[in-house]
Amino acid sequence: MTRRKEQLLVRGTAAEADLMITGAHLIDPRAGIDGVFDVVVSDGQLAEIGEPGTLTAGPDAEKIDGSGFHLFPAFVDPHIHLRTPGHEHKEDIETGTRSAAAGGFCAVLAMPNTDPVVDSASVLRSLREAARREARVPVGFLAAITVGLEGQELTAMSELRAAGAAGFTDDGMPVESAGMLRKALQYQQMSGGVLALHEEDPSLSAGGSMNEGAVSAVLGIGGIPSTSESTMVARDAALAGYEGGTVHMQHLSCAESVEAIREAKRLGYNVTTEVSPHHLCFTEEEVRTLDTRMKMNPPLRTEADRQALIAGLIDGTIDCIATDHAPHSAHEKEVPFEQAPMGTTGLESSFAACYTELVRSGLMSIEMLIEKMTCGGAIFGLQIPQMTIGESANLVLVDLEQEWRVGEDGYESRSENCAFGGRMLHGRVLLTVADGAVAYRQRSFALSAAPDLDEAAQ
Amino acid sequence: MKHLLSIEDVSREDVERICARAAAFSENHEREIKKVPALRGRTVLNLFYEASTRTRSSFELAAKRLSADVVNFSASGSSTEKGESLKDTVQTLSAHRPDAIVVRCPWAGAPALVAEWTDAAIINAGDGKHEHPTQALLDIYTLSRRLGSLDGAKIWIVGDVLHSRVARSNILGFQKMGAQVTVAGPPTLLPRDIEAMGVEVRYSLDDLHEADVVYALRMQNERMQQAYLPSMREYASLFQIDERRLGARSLLMHPGPVNRGVELSDEVVDCAQSLILEQVAAGVVVRMAVLFELLAASRAFDPVPEHQSA
Repeated sequence: MTRRKEQLLVRGTAAEADLMITGAHLIDPRAGIDGVFDVVVSDGQLAEIGEPGTLTAGPDAEKIDGSGFHLFPAFVDPHIHLRTPGHEHKEDIETGTRSAAAGGFCAVLAMPNTDPVVDSASVLRSLREAARREARVPVGFLAAITVGLEGQELTAMSELRAAGAAGFTDDGMPVESAGMLRKALQYQQMSGGVLALHEEDPSLSAGGSMNEGAVSAVLGIGGIPSTSESTMVARDAALAGYEGGTVHMQHLSCAESVEAIREAKRLGYNVTTEVSPHHLCFTEEEVRTLDTRMKMNPPLRTEADRQALIAGLIDGTIDCIATDHAPHSAHEKEVPFEQAPMGTTGLESSFAACYTELVRSGLMSIEMLIEKMTCGGAIFGLQIPQMTIGESANLVLVDLEQEWRVGEDGYESRSENCAFGGRMLHGRVLLTVADGAVAYRQRSFALSAAPDLDEAAQ
Repeated sequence: MKHLLSIEDVSREDVERICARAAAFSENHEREIKKVPALRGRTVLNLFYEASTRTRSSFELAAKRLSADVVNFSASGSSTEKGESLKDTVQTLSAHRPDAIVVRCPWAGAPALVAEWTDAAIINAGDGKHEHPTQALLDIYTLSRRLGSLDGAKIWIVGDVLHSRVARSNILGFQKMGAQVTVAGPPTLLPRDIEAMGVEVRYSLDDLHEADVVYALRMQNERMQQAYLPSMREYASLFQIDERRLGARSLLMHPGPVNRGVELSDEVVDCAQSLILEQVAAGVVVRMAVLFELLAASRAFDPVPEHQSA
C-alpha cells in the first residue's frame, strides 16, 4: 500500500484575483516572453496575454496601470526561517510569508530548526495546519535529517515525506558525522527528499563569529576559516557521489566551495547549490563596525570570495539565489557582536539588492536574475513559476527605476535585522500575485493605483 | 575627544598631549599630597564584566587622585547574573548620571555599544580580544620617557598575539608613534593575516637581539588544553625571553601579571633593562591624563592646578 503524498506547499485561503495589468514590460525567460503586453488574470488564473489595448477584462476585474513597470514570474525562495513553532517573537507564519510576498515571492520553503524541531510527522502536520490558516503565500516545510538536529539518529524520513516534508535539512547545524550523512543518503534512495546541507566543520569554526582573515585579525574576534565550509562541501559531494544521492548545499560563501561544487558537477554528482544576496553584495569589510546585522553563518567573506560566488552564479555552478531569511528580535541583536545570534533577514530586499548589485552593474542580465530567483524551489520538486496561460498566476510587478531606502517604511517581517537596512537600492516590488491571489501591494503604489473615489462612488 | 574606545580613534597629537599631561601628573606624584581637585564633583563608574585587579585599581586610583567620586560595578553578584542585558544595565547605571564609565568586558566592541546608550564619556578598559587602549597609551608613555621618541624604534611583541587585546592596541599605538613592529610566536598563536596590520611575522626569536624593545605577552595555561601548544616547556624553550635571548641594549616590557619561568625568565623580570614596574606606575598617571582629557580638558582646566605648587 502506498500512502498518498501530500502537496508540498500549503497556504491560507485567499480570494482569487481578477486583474488586468496594462502596459507593463513582461519578461519571462523560460516562456520566451519579452515585451510590452496587457495581462488578464481571472479567477486566479493567467487568462490572457496580448498586445496593448487588445484585451478586455471582466466587469469586476481590477485594472492596474503597469506602464513603465516590469512584470516577471514571481520568485521562489528555497531557504527561509519562519521561526515557528517556538520563536514567534522573531517571526511567525503570517509575518514571514507577508515579508515574502513583499519581496515578490510566490513560494517559500521554511527550515526546521524551530522549537520543537520539525523532526516528527506530528510537528510537521500541525505546522502545515497552521500554514493553511495563516500563510500569505504558499509555504513548504523541510524536516530535520536527524532527531533534534543532534546528529545522532535519523528522523522517520519516509513518514515525514508522506506527511509533506519538502526535503530534509539540519540547517543551522552541519551533519557533522560523515557516517551519519552516509546513512541519510542511503535512506534517501527509499524515502526521497533532497538533503539540504549546512556545510560547516565545527572543529574549525568553533569560537568564531566572523570570517577569519585580515579584519578578524584587527578586531580580535574569533575567525571562521573558509575551509570550515569548503572541506565539508567537498566531503559531502563525495559522499553523495558515492551513494548516488541528491544533495543541495546551502548558502555557499567562499571561492573554495564554488570550486568544490564545480568539480562535483563535472563528475556528474547530483549536487545543487544556492547563494544569498548578502554574500553576493557584502564582504567582511562590513563587519569592521561590528554591526550585528552583518553577523551571519556562514560569515561574509573576502572580495575574492564574493567575486567567485558571482562568477559561480553566472556560469551555473551555483543554481539559485536563496535569502536564508533569518529574523532575530531587536533585543537579541542589540548586544556585543560576539554575543549576537547569527542571521540577517532578506526577503524584502533580495530582489532589489541583486538587481542593483548584479544587473544594474552589468554583471548579469535581468533574465538570468529572474531565472536564479525563480528556480530554487524546483530543486525540491516545486513547479517553477511561469507565465503559462491557464495556470494559476504567480506574478510580480516591479518598478526597476525606483530607488528606495531599505527599511524606510519599516518591514513586513516581525524583525528588522536586515543587513541591507538603510541602503539605497534600485527596484521596488509593487505587487505580488501568489498562486492566483494578490498577496502584496506596496503601500504608495496601492494608493496611487486605487480608483478615484468620486469615480468609485458613481 | 568624547570617548576612548580604540587606540585608532586617537591621533599622534592626542597621544603626545596625553603623555605630556601624564608627565605633569607624575611630577605631582612625587609630592606628599598626590591628590588634585581637577575632577571634584565628577563621578567615574567602573563597569567591569571581567575579573581585573590591576586595571581596575589603577583606574580607581587615577580617578581618586583627581578627586572624582568612584563607583565600582562588577558583574559578579550583580544584576547581570540575573540575566539583565548589557543595554539595560548601562541604562540603569546611567540614570545615576556618571560623567565617565570605564568599561571592561569579554566582548569586542561592547564599549562602543555602551557609548551609544549613555551620555557619559566611555573609556575602553579592555574589550574581549579586541583592544586595551589605555594599556597602549601607558606603554607608549613609559617607552617615550626612556627613548625620547619611538620614531624608528624596532619593537618585538612576543607570544600569544591571537588572544591578546594588548597586542592589538599596542601594534596600532606603537606604529602611530613611528615604531616598526614585529610579532613573534608559535603560528598557532599568531592571527592569520596579521600582516595586514603592517607588522612583520616571525616564528622564532633568532633575530630578537635586533629589537630596541621586547614586549612579552602573558601566556595562559589553558592554551595547552586547547592544543595551541604541546607544552609550556616547549613554549618556554622556544619563546621564553631570558638573558641569552634579550639583547644587551633591548628594553623589556610586559603588561602583567608575569608568569615567571614561562614567557620571561626569573632574572630578566628584575634586570635593569626591565620597564615592568615603570609600566605599572605609568598606569595611574596615564589614566589620570585620559580621565582629565575626557572630562576636564575641554573646560580649559590646567592639568596641574596652581594651588599645589603655591
